[in-house]
Amino acid sequence: MSITRRGMIGTAAATLALPALAQPRYPARPVQVIVPWGAGGGTDATARIVAALLEKELGQPFNVVNRTGGSGVVGHAAIAGAQPDGYTIGMITVEIAMMHWQGLTELKPTSYTPLALMNEDPPGIQVNVSSPYQDIKALADAIKASPAGRFKASGTGQGGIWHLALAGWLGAMGLRADHVRWVPSNGAAPAMQDLAAGGLDLTTCSIPEARAMLDAGRARSLAIMAAERNPQFPNVPTLKEALGIDYRTGAWRGIAGPLNLPAEIARTLTASLEKVNRSGEFREFMANRGFGVLWADAAGFAAFMERADQSLGEAMRAAGLARA
Amino acid sequence: MSQLLEAFRLVGAPDVLIAILASSIYGLVVGSLPGLSATMATALLVPVTFYLSPIAAVATIIAASAMAIFSGDIPGCLLRIPGTPASAAYTDEAYAMTRKGQAELALGAGLWFSAVGGIVGTLSLVLMAPLLAEMALSFSTFEYFWLAFLGLMCATLVARSSPIKAIASMLIGLLVSCIGIENPAGTPRFTFGITDLLGGIEPIPALVGVFAVSEVMRAMTLAEPPPMPRRKFGSILAGQWALTKRYQWPMWRGNIVGIIIGVLPGAGADMAAWVSYAMSKRFSREPEKFGTGHPEGLVEAGASNNASLASGWVPSLLFGIPGDTITAIAIGVLYMKGLNPGPTLFTERASSMYALYIIFILANIIMIPLGIAMIRIASLVLRAPRAAVMPVIVLLCAVGSFATGNNLFSVLLVGVFGVIGFVMERNGYPVAAMVLGIVMGTMVEQNFVTSLIKSDGDPLPFFERPVSAVLAAMTFAALLWPAGVWIARRLRRSAPAL
Repeated sequence: MSITRRGMIGTAAATLALPALAQPRYPARPVQVIVPWGAGGGTDATARIVAALLEKELGQPFNVVNRTGGSGVVGHAAIAGAQPDGYTIGMITVEIAMMHWQGLTELKPTSYTPLALMNEDPPGIQVNVSSPYQDIKALADAIKASPAGRFKASGTGQGGIWHLALAGWLGAMGLRADHVRWVPSNGAAPAMQDLAAGGLDLTTCSIPEARAMLDAGRARSLAIMAAERNPQFPNVPTLKEALGIDYRTGAWRGIAGPLNLPAEIARTLTASLEKVNRSGEFREFMANRGFGVLWADAAGFAAFMERADQSLGEAMRAAGLARA
Repeated sequence: MSQLLEAFRLVGAPDVLIAILASSIYGLVVGSLPGLSATMATALLVPVTFYLSPIAAVATIIAASAMAIFSGDIPGCLLRIPGTPASAAYTDEAYAMTRKGQAELALGAGLWFSAVGGIVGTLSLVLMAPLLAEMALSFSTFEYFWLAFLGLMCATLVARSSPIKAIASMLIGLLVSCIGIENPAGTPRFTFGITDLLGGIEPIPALVGVFAVSEVMRAMTLAEPPPMPRRKFGSILAGQWALTKRYQWPMWRGNIVGIIIGVLPGAGADMAAWVSYAMSKRFSREPEKFGTGHPEGLVEAGASNNASLASGWVPSLLFGIPGDTITAIAIGVLYMKGLNPGPTLFTERASSMYALYIIFILANIIMIPLGIAMIRIASLVLRAPRAAVMPVIVLLCAVGSFATGNNLFSVLLVGVFGVIGFVMERNGYPVAAMVLGIVMGTMVEQNFVTSLIKSDGDPLPFFERPVSAVLAAMTFAALLWPAGVWIARRLRRSAPAL
């Protein structure tokens, strides 16, 4: 067989292509981390620290990309619709277990390959510092004694996680979900401002979100809807301690990839995420902001989301917010 | 005192100074490119701040945003394409000055009074932060509603030709702001099942489309205008002292209005610029000159929007409540760097607070030389053939609208609004009023509905609360003033002078 130039080039190309046949160690190039919420917010900040620590762990750049819009639908859809090759993952939040009940999207927690649960923030119950109710018992009694709709609460938009938190708490006390009227707001910060301005009776956003107002002495946190007290705010009792009601919920965040991610890649990511979660740097960052750290591996995260999906669906139906 | 010295030491660190210089240049350049906005510039800085020291990180955000708000005036003046929604309030005025050959006076006014406004705003932050914060905290949804409504009324006050068409534009803008799920009920409106519309129409793509893209379309249909005579761009600062002396009252009025509006979370530079421009026209001794290329409106509005930027940091630093998207991003950075907003920032970390003040003042001072350089470079655009400039603008618009949310849908929006803006302008409907409607629409509706929820459907609290009552009175005065003037004129005519 004569050696033609074409043959030489073909052989050279094949030789150069050989490394591609051998599976490279994952990750072999930069990975994109999609965040469905805006730059500078809590979810964005958490995603960025996780990405930076993953980069240290795995040696490749993990770039955070904000894909905002549709109250989170756009970003969550981007994560679900990406190529399942491990080079696009994202941070998914509690909204994924709520949006489909509202009929906003078909996406559910099962539309993803869960990798790890990283954080959960339970809601607190805050009042204005000059409120006549100095502890949660007084507030609860006053709410029970008042006619429906007299008390006004806020913390996020209509149907948001903190609205459901209020509805769940009222339900646990044997009241109707709308006994306290919900005033929608554009997030926790405007709600806390309105609380300080005297426009609301209480807010049910998370304590870290209320922190600046609490530190400024404008508001007081009466209780936290969690299993145990937040070490950052040790004076705030849990609902169970103060009222005997074991109601808890929270806004959580975790890392996930599109469905059908190769098992090997998923295992690598979960293992690295575990190291990140347990690292001093991550814990220090979260403690500084007062965010709650939680850990669950892929299977744990899947089970967690399943439970959350069911209970949030129930809560939404009870509050009259479900549409699906 | 030692805290102050410590602050100077913090700011004097080489990495902070380099950060200020670099981000100032970055903010100037990005703000002056049509299609790229101050918000986008700040958002893109966030990954960079991760690697910087705390003071340097905050310094970049402060410097970049202050510069970008000013440099948004440059393309507005030279090309009639505002770089930020705040500049849209007086773009027509500035452009008219350019056509009269007074471009450097317009830009100089923008630069000088922006710097003045920024410094006065910073002084208010330094001296009166607690007082301003008290005022901000006393604003509930009732007050916000009247304020937003007053802001909307400004559209009519600045209408050049027909106030009816201005109101119609504003109403179209309000309709556009209805789209999406960002309403008090959390129900999708006008989304037609399209996921991307769930978040509603962002003001930046609409602004970019309505001004930049429609301007490009207009350029395509008209013949190239005769090239402006080549003259050296005169000294930018030359006439500014004279302007300062002549328009002292408007300048101070602009500063004060800007500070007050900036302090209120949710009301930012955009609203400050509009309200100040309208006030300028309303209280001017030469209102008929407005719209023909008159610097008075630029003085007041330019000072106002930069002052509001500085005072907008009051609620951010004291309570972690963002005034607008830029301060929201800044708060995120503060948290990440351990400079948690709140009273502890003023007590335990006072040196960091003083450092922030110094950075503010420094940024506004170096705005002047850097701004002059930027203006000179930008003025070269006036000489370039239109066929070279327009495609670059379209490219920047596409890139800018994509970059904020990494969403191709924004680019599509820019195109759609370009067409809408072109058609509107063709028929004499001022597009700036439409942008105002889009910007303010959510604020008006949100506050109206939540106020009604809180008052259980009772409209009385809108007029009972003291600040509400004052704002309501101002709004009705603004509404009824033209009617009152008209009636007075009729009466005067029917009772001839004896």
